[in-house]
Amino acid sequence: MEFWIVQALNGLSFGALLFLLASGLSLIFGLMRIVNISHGSYYLLGAYIGLSLVKATGNFLAAILGAVAVVGAIGVMMQRFFLARLYRQEQAQVLLTMGFAFMFADIALWLWGGDPQRIPTPGFVARSLAIGPVVFPAYRLLVIGVGMVVAVLLWLFQEKTRIGAMVRAAVDDQEMARGLGIDVNRIMTAMFLAGAALAAFGGVMGGPFLGVYPGLDFEVIPLAFAVVIIGGLGSLQGAVVGSLLVGLVDNFGKALFPEFSYFTLFIPMALVLAIWPTGLFGRR
Amino acid sequence: MRNGAWIRNVTVAGGVVVLLFLPHLIPAYYTHLLILTFIYGLMAMSLDLLMGYTGLTSFGHAAYFGAAAYAVGILTTRYHVHFSVAMLGGLIVAFMMALIFGLMATRATEVYFLIITLALGMGVWGLAYRWVSVTGGDNGLPGIPPPDLGLPWSLSDPVNMYYFVLTFFTLACFFLSRFVHSPFGLSLRGIRESESRMRVLGYHTWLHKYTVFVIAGTFSGLGGVLYAFYNRFVSPADVHITASAEAVLMVILGGAGTLFGPVLGAGLVVFLRNLISAYTRRWLLILGVTYVLVVMYAPGGVIGAMKGTFSRLRAKMIPTPVPGGHPQKVKLQRENPDEEVLTR
Amino acid sequence: MIPSDAPGTCLVLEKVSKHFGGLRAVDGVTLEIRAGERRAIIGPNGAGKTTLFNLITGEFPVTAGRIWFFGQEITHLPPHRRAALGIGRTFQITNLFPKLTVLENVLLAVQGLRPTKYVMHRPIWGYPELQQQARHLIERVGLWEKRDLPLTNLSYGEQRQVEVLLALAGGPKLLLLDEPTAGLSPGETRVIVEIIRSLDPTITVLLIEHDMDVAFEVADRITVLHFGRVLAEGTKAEIKANREVQNIYLGAGTGS
Repeated sequence: MEFWIVQALNGLSFGALLFLLASGLSLIFGLMRIVNISHGSYYLLGAYIGLSLVKATGNFLAAILGAVAVVGAIGVMMQRFFLARLYRQEQAQVLLTMGFAFMFADIALWLWGGDPQRIPTPGFVARSLAIGPVVFPAYRLLVIGVGMVVAVLLWLFQEKTRIGAMVRAAVDDQEMARGLGIDVNRIMTAMFLAGAALAAFGGVMGGPFLGVYPGLDFEVIPLAFAVVIIGGLGSLQGAVVGSLLVGLVDNFGKALFPEFSYFTLFIPMALVLAIWPTGLFGRR
Repeated sequence: MRNGAWIRNVTVAGGVVVLLFLPHLIPAYYTHLLILTFIYGLMAMSLDLLMGYTGLTSFGHAAYFGAAAYAVGILTTRYHVHFSVAMLGGLIVAFMMALIFGLMATRATEVYFLIITLALGMGVWGLAYRWVSVTGGDNGLPGIPPPDLGLPWSLSDPVNMYYFVLTFFTLACFFLSRFVHSPFGLSLRGIRESESRMRVLGYHTWLHKYTVFVIAGTFSGLGGVLYAFYNRFVSPADVHITASAEAVLMVILGGAGTLFGPVLGAGLVVFLRNLISAYTRRWLLILGVTYVLVVMYAPGGVIGAMKGTFSRLRAKMIPTPVPGGHPQKVKLQRENPDEEVLTR
Repeated sequence: MIPSDAPGTCLVLEKVSKHFGGLRAVDGVTLEIRAGERRAIIGPNGAGKTTLFNLITGEFPVTAGRIWFFGQEITHLPPHRRAALGIGRTFQITNLFPKLTVLENVLLAVQGLRPTKYVMHRPIWGYPELQQQARHLIERVGLWEKRDLPLTNLSYGEQRQVEVLLALAGGPKLLLLDEPTAGLSPGETRVIVEIIRSLDPTITVLLIEHDMDVAFEVADRITVLHFGRVLAEGTKAEIKANREVQNIYLGAGTGS
């Protein structure tokens, strides 16, 4: 029983991270049909930058802000100077982001070395909570809480603000949105900023328990796509459900069938995508 | 048409003769690189059947290559089977995998196809990496013996290996060239150009896509089989997404939709990687930059870009283009190579 | 409904509907087309004409209703099976193989209904009968000289001719033409009209047309679609005299 509770909480906290990663990816994918392979790199770079900032300042919040700012800027530049020039060329855009993913991976390896590292857990949550017989790290609970807060904030933003409405309109029908005088280009840039920033935020948050190491980018990117695919393009609610599902499946897969952990995730994901191309919660 | 075929046949025969003597004329290191070029060329050519001919970009093509290589590794190091059995085993594994994965992937189109193949590729990588009891995990499978042909020439000599690989490479080239020029090959290009039109013309387009998917996977597997025998070592890196992405780069570098372009692309990547590794360890960075540059500036591949530059130069030197030709037509032909791959 | 079995009936649609979400693009359309008939379907933009074609060829599944073709129900057959039964079509927006040559375009159409299309080991030029038939078709519109040009190098008018050629290559019993003359000059329109008029009279033709002159010239009977429903059906004279049609479709600018 304890095993199941602990693993479920692990899965939930990982799901919360995935949500940070995938919500931005989902919007980028839903809005621009860009399969952004370098989204995993945003996560990795965020984690590494956060690591350096924590080491330099000792302040976790500063690390988050710094990582979010730098990686957000990288996302904007990629969109502005490269992807925007390949408008509507879906395949070229994928290849381009793949190229960037390799560049980022190698630059990270160059700057931070090849050894696995870990961001120190911030002091106030660096302990374990005992709930009955179950002992669980407080930090992981914090991550779950942060994931929930971000989900609520994004939901409020999407449903209650003018910009959110524009984004929804653009996801539904880009041409129509253009016709209504919505500046779709600026929305795209904003989405890249938000998506990259959220991914970097996830990277810093994940740093204390998943660690940071080369190859992490390519490990999380298919997971993020799994979330987007299961949840459906551009759907926030879908991203929430997808994150939890993937987080749990991944965790139990790793715990129960360690030798097949990736296989148990990616193959069902491919199946889901093959059968429901618009996702379990996708519109249409 | 007859005349063209004649010239082509002579060129191909000449090429084969040159390749036959090449290992005796060049340093051993280049022989090594050529062998790798043939091996990766097989993977790239087979990927091009999907990418260039059918318009399906797979980001998991190394999976079939790697699975076949692993099959050879396991069969030879654990069960010590005859090399021909191992070869057949490798091909069957790649074939079966393509048969199953193809069912999932070929239902989808465009970016969905790409993501599914990516996920399937990652799944196979996960197996190689985690299924330690079978694959050796991160340590890979070392000690794969070279094929023992029962002849006086040992294949541990790279030059003999060169001929071994060249034989299969040439055979594969022959079959693939027949294939792409066949009615079936034409139908693939039709699907690339307009699948909806093909359907109303009476084509069961899914069946064609599925068939070519399996064929491409199997030929990639042939590359993997040869790779295992030559490299004598297989590791998760060989099925990683990086390997699949390199295959994609080979195709777009050489020019998608041409049969031998991808071989050239494979050669470029192999030579670049090996020559650069003498100076720097930043191969991945260079790979990434190359990717970005090709996508932004030479989407028709290096051959396409050279053709484009060449005809631009010619257009400059000869003020009046093709006598009697429509100026507009010349312009279109010149622009085509640059647009070949990526506009769809 | 029995008329589907009546001899001499080519195509029957019974209460066929297609909904896209809340939009009823085609809404309970019932049609009966005799074999050899030339039927024009007219109607304002968004009336559901092209969607109707897509339902007949199987590109979209129907939301409701049934379709028969020469007495055989085809409601749930995939497009390629319907093509094999003898349904050919053209597209309103030119839908060809732009980077292939004219000859390759036509060859694809010629081999579409033959088992040859699965052959992988013989080059396509090893099939003289395919080449012969392709040549025959291409010569019909006088494009043989341009057979080795990529399709994109043809003029728009020539591409529209190839569009019709591809639909004819399989020897269809029913030919669906979706605005074959859209965007063509009067001269080019004549060429297409002549092709249609010279068709074997046993071929049934269903034609979507915005150009009233063309519709009235080619068709025996006319069906008017409006908001996905059949508004009227009858001979040219009946349609011209129909008040409702005049009001809704022909409007003030009659004859344009």
